[in-house]
Amino acid sequence: MSKTFPADSVGLVTPKRHFFDEPLPLDSGRELPSYEIVYETYGELNEDRSNAILVCHALSGDHHAAGYHSPDDRKPGWWETCIGPGKPIDTNRFFVVSSNNIGGCSGSTGPSSINPRNGKRYGPHFPIVTVADWVRSQARLADVLGISRWAAVIGGSLGAMQALQWAIDYPDRLRHAILIATAPKLSAQNIAFNEVARQAILSDPDFRDGYYMDHGVIPRRGLALARMLGHITYLSEDAMRAKFGRQPKGSSGKLSYSFDVDFQVESYLRYQGQSFVERFDANTYLLMTKALDYFDPAAKYDHDLSAALAHVQAKFLVISFTSDWRFSPARSREIVRALLDGDKSVTYAEIDSPHGHDAFLLPIPAYLDVLRAYLNRVAEESA
Amino acid sequence: MTELRPDLAIISEWIEPGSRVLDLGCGDGTLLKYLQEHRNVTGYGLEIDPDNVLACIKNNVDVIQTDLDAGLSDFDEDSFDYVVMTHTLQAVSYPHRLVKEMLRIGRQGIVTFPNFGHWRVRTQLLLKGRMPVSNALPHAWYDTPNIRLCTVKDFEELCKTQGIRILERQVLDHTHRQRALARLLPNLLGEIAMYRFENGSR
Repeated sequence: MSKTFPADSVGLVTPKRHFFDEPLPLDSGRELPSYEIVYETYGELNEDRSNAILVCHALSGDHHAAGYHSPDDRKPGWWETCIGPGKPIDTNRFFVVSSNNIGGCSGSTGPSSINPRNGKRYGPHFPIVTVADWVRSQARLADVLGISRWAAVIGGSLGAMQALQWAIDYPDRLRHAILIATAPKLSAQNIAFNEVARQAILSDPDFRDGYYMDHGVIPRRGLALARMLGHITYLSEDAMRAKFGRQPKGSSGKLSYSFDVDFQVESYLRYQGQSFVERFDANTYLLMTKALDYFDPAAKYDHDLSAALAHVQAKFLVISFTSDWRFSPARSREIVRALLDGDKSVTYAEIDSPHGHDAFLLPIPAYLDVLRAYLNRVAEESA
Repeated sequence: MTELRPDLAIISEWIEPGSRVLDLGCGDGTLLKYLQEHRNVTGYGLEIDPDNVLACIKNNVDVIQTDLDAGLSDFDEDSFDYVVMTHTLQAVSYPHRLVKEMLRIGRQGIVTFPNFGHWRVRTQLLLKGRMPVSNALPHAWYDTPNIRLCTVKDFEELCKTQGIRILERQVLDHTHRQRALARLLPNLLGEIAMYRFENGSR
């Protein structure tokens, strides 16, 4: 059975992979002896290689940002809303690169990969990776692809942190940094949520100290619980009320007077948790949350974000969403303020949306308009 | 490009080429776009309205979506040569504080506002007993964003009490033209008032 893809989709895509033989030094002081990065590209690189955009994924994302892997795929890539012909990240104009972060579980070297030094699965021994480590690995991928300077590096949430790190670490290798729904570092509350998520995984008896794969089990309950918790922080209270309210699960509307599911919201969270377990790896989840916790580019600059951004050359677009309490508009404004301090080029838009942190993945017209208008500028420079 | 609105043309003449400008309530960014293209000016626009923010992006103007009533604490002292506010003074909650703020972060301030002392405004209230509606003040009383209307005299009085020195004044009619007679009787004949000012203690 085959089907036709929507006209504004990049359609069928095939992931590519590149093996890096050269060790990757990591912030932790350790190194990856060799590694593989899986990535996808959409659109065509122009002759002077000036129209390339790097899309960075967030906590549970991967390289599959747009299009379909098979004609039978039910769901397209995670940012299908924004990437495609005629969409804000217009693949008729841009060459888009999206890679799976090191430590991930979608094809790039991660905890489920084999450590070439001992022939065993990394499992819990996979080194802790940071946002700066990812950016370093992405820079090498850019070298391989012959891209000396990105037209833009774009991301939402943890993806935006990579875009920010890019601007700091490789100031001359990107013309624009587009940061959506992010923060310059996590708050105590953010770290607290991550810690509860980690504890859920670590305390699952099936976690087996991280060697669960070798035992042929998965810490399902722990990983599902971590995801359920995450989902609460992605939605706003208003969004939850609108989506579920106190809607009962069953049609009878009778309370069960047990610990079964009574309300739609419980059913939703359980479903999200359980389906996540099928596609995501617990060790990767632990790594990703640590990368979030450790992200703090100002730390090296005496905790002065303005100083950290003093040497950036990229122009910035910063976007936040009014009801996002995970990374609230105030957190984005911290970045904007630091950029203003250094007289950097920055545009800031605060999108009115009830959808919480999730908004960055949703087709909100005002948001897509801003992205489209800004990227139109980027494209005109690249032409 | 189309001809710049006369009040904006006057402002652009007031601004030294190569300056850094902050435009408070920058609308669609027309002024900054013009200044960038013709006067080699750099800077930002602040704007609260999402449609205007979008228009600024399309106009290649760096815009920060901000509520001016929330203050300008994101900006350091003396970080701009000029802080401009066109047709916005009358729509903020605390104009006197904002004018002070303008001179904290900028060397000079430039404001324009609809003059509530204009004779047509006065006669509407006097003869018709109705809240004035005009080209410069097109809104009805119940939905106007203009909550802090003032006259030429009022503004100059405010400057005096705040120790602000007025460097230049210009009044225009509603088509934004300068009229000779209005120079003599600005508060009566000027529909739009324009000022360039700095701290008196400088």
